[in-house]
Amino acid sequence: MNSSGFSLIMKRFSRHKTALVSLILLVIMIGAAVLAPVVAPYSPTRPTGSFSAPPDSAHWLGTDQIGRDMLSRLLYAARISLLVGFMATVISTAIGVVLGLVSGYFGGWIDKMIMSFTDMVMSFPYILLVLVAAAIFEPGLWSIIWILGFVNWPGVTRLVRGNVLSLRETNFVKSDVAAGMPRRYILFSEILPNTVAPVTVYATSVFALSILDEAALSFLGLGVQTPTPSLGNILNGAQSLTILTGKPWLWAPAGILIILLVISINLVGDALRDAIDPRNNG
Amino acid sequence: MWKYILKKILLAIPVLLGITIIDYAIMSLAGSPLEMMGGPRMTEAGIALKAEQLGLNQPVWMQYLSWLNEMLHGNLGTSFKSYRPVSELIGENIGPTLLLMGASLVVGLLIAAPAGIYSAIHRYKKRDYAVVTGSFFASSVPGFFLAMLLVYIFNVRLGWLPSGGMKTAGIGGGFWDVARHMIMPVTVLAVSVAGSNIRYIRSAVLEILETDYLRTAASKGVGRRAVIYKHALRNALLPIVTVIGMQIPMLFGGAVIVEQIFSWPGLGLITMNAITGRDYPVIMGVCLLSAVVVLAANLLTDIVYALVDPTIKY
Repeated sequence: MNSSGFSLIMKRFSRHKTALVSLILLVIMIGAAVLAPVVAPYSPTRPTGSFSAPPDSAHWLGTDQIGRDMLSRLLYAARISLLVGFMATVISTAIGVVLGLVSGYFGGWIDKMIMSFTDMVMSFPYILLVLVAAAIFEPGLWSIIWILGFVNWPGVTRLVRGNVLSLRETNFVKSDVAAGMPRRYILFSEILPNTVAPVTVYATSVFALSILDEAALSFLGLGVQTPTPSLGNILNGAQSLTILTGKPWLWAPAGILIILLVISINLVGDALRDAIDPRNNG
Repeated sequence: MWKYILKKILLAIPVLLGITIIDYAIMSLAGSPLEMMGGPRMTEAGIALKAEQLGLNQPVWMQYLSWLNEMLHGNLGTSFKSYRPVSELIGENIGPTLLLMGASLVVGLLIAAPAGIYSAIHRYKKRDYAVVTGSFFASSVPGFFLAMLLVYIFNVRLGWLPSGGMKTAGIGGGFWDVARHMIMPVTVLAVSVAGSNIRYIRSAVLEILETDYLRTAASKGVGRRAVIYKHALRNALLPIVTVIGMQIPMLFGGAVIVEQIFSWPGLGLITMNAITGRDYPVIMGVCLLSAVVVLAANLLTDIVYALVDPTIKY
């Protein structure tokens, strides 16, 4: 994609006011999460105040049952949840792109095999797969990343395969084939760059979905384990009735942060899709 | 047509077999159920005896084949935990889950269809953006968080609704009692169904509004209302119907979590217990059932499509 194409996309993107606001919000949230060690006022794992204190000037979001600062915990939790979402997206996108390229370009029995495997994974109640897998591996940060990475690729595979099939019919690829260009060159230097845009858009929704799934799994106690804070396991601690009723500062901020993160990512992805392909109705 | 259906069914069988193989492999990696049975009162000889009784001393592929053989003869095995037949366990718990899923699907689509159509008709106006943003919001709220909020508001603060279960102990069981228990879990699931479907229905209607025959109808002076309600909606129905097929795996996944939170006595609850207790036959039974349901839904979708769309060759 050349620079004028890029600036055109930026221009179209900036027409979406809600998406611009989401992008700014997202940059702030990701910035705060990445810089958590710098900006967090206290340690996320050591008690620094009285037990379960409501928000005050020293602890803006109060403290938890053992006196840890909730704001610091929230910042570190967002860091972990974003890391899980990002890595899971990278893994599933990589698997999906490779399988989709191979399936679409080679066709024949390779295509049939890959696509029926994709169908199998897709027609599986996804949460069941995740739950069974989460019960197998020691629950923890990296197992949850791998599990989420390995269940979200089928959508990417289908998308890339469809793209390759239509690109194969374009004149520039046909002329490459006629000119006797090596297969590797055609695949990686001609076809792959032209699928980057739709894959990026799809990846934003995988990112959002992975953050939601991490939260759900950690909430059920099968994901990221304490003392490492994640947005899901902070909410896991709020299942008791006394916390739910009497201490909303222990659970409401984490839930609101998840919603803000996921909706911002989704809105940015939607505007990006519209900016890249304005004819699509979506 | 029959040939086409038969072909689709024959194609679904290897997929189904593949799914059961993947299930069994993943499950066996999870660790042996014997680890859960061990305890201070269990001797090693006792465990070995147990392993032999349950067939767990054989290699994994042998275990899978004997499970497959039994399954083909209509026997899903017996739960390692409660020693009851799996089919009986599933039969007892499937009703509440179907009730929950069905009600959520209906409510979700009843919200999504009018909202999506409304949004498409008012494309690029403020109303359209409001509906689309709303749908993003609905699909961005984690189900369990929404559940917590609902419990906080309607159970803890207002005391209007029961916090969980399906019937009030002792007196309950009537239609209204069950309906009261359903309000919160159905709301949680219906919000996610509506959230993901509004945009889909919106784009399906938009696509149809741009077709030539509708432009022709409009240019012939058929009123805008008649174009939309008589011609467009009838044709938008097909993509909307096919969405239902795509909902089922997602809905089942949502039900597992929602049943857990509201202690709804359905399949999700026994599945979670089976997973944490490594109760192989129950896990396999539920996985098989859900795979069959999903494939059947796909098949039905294909058939409906083939019946309605004459351009599909079969």
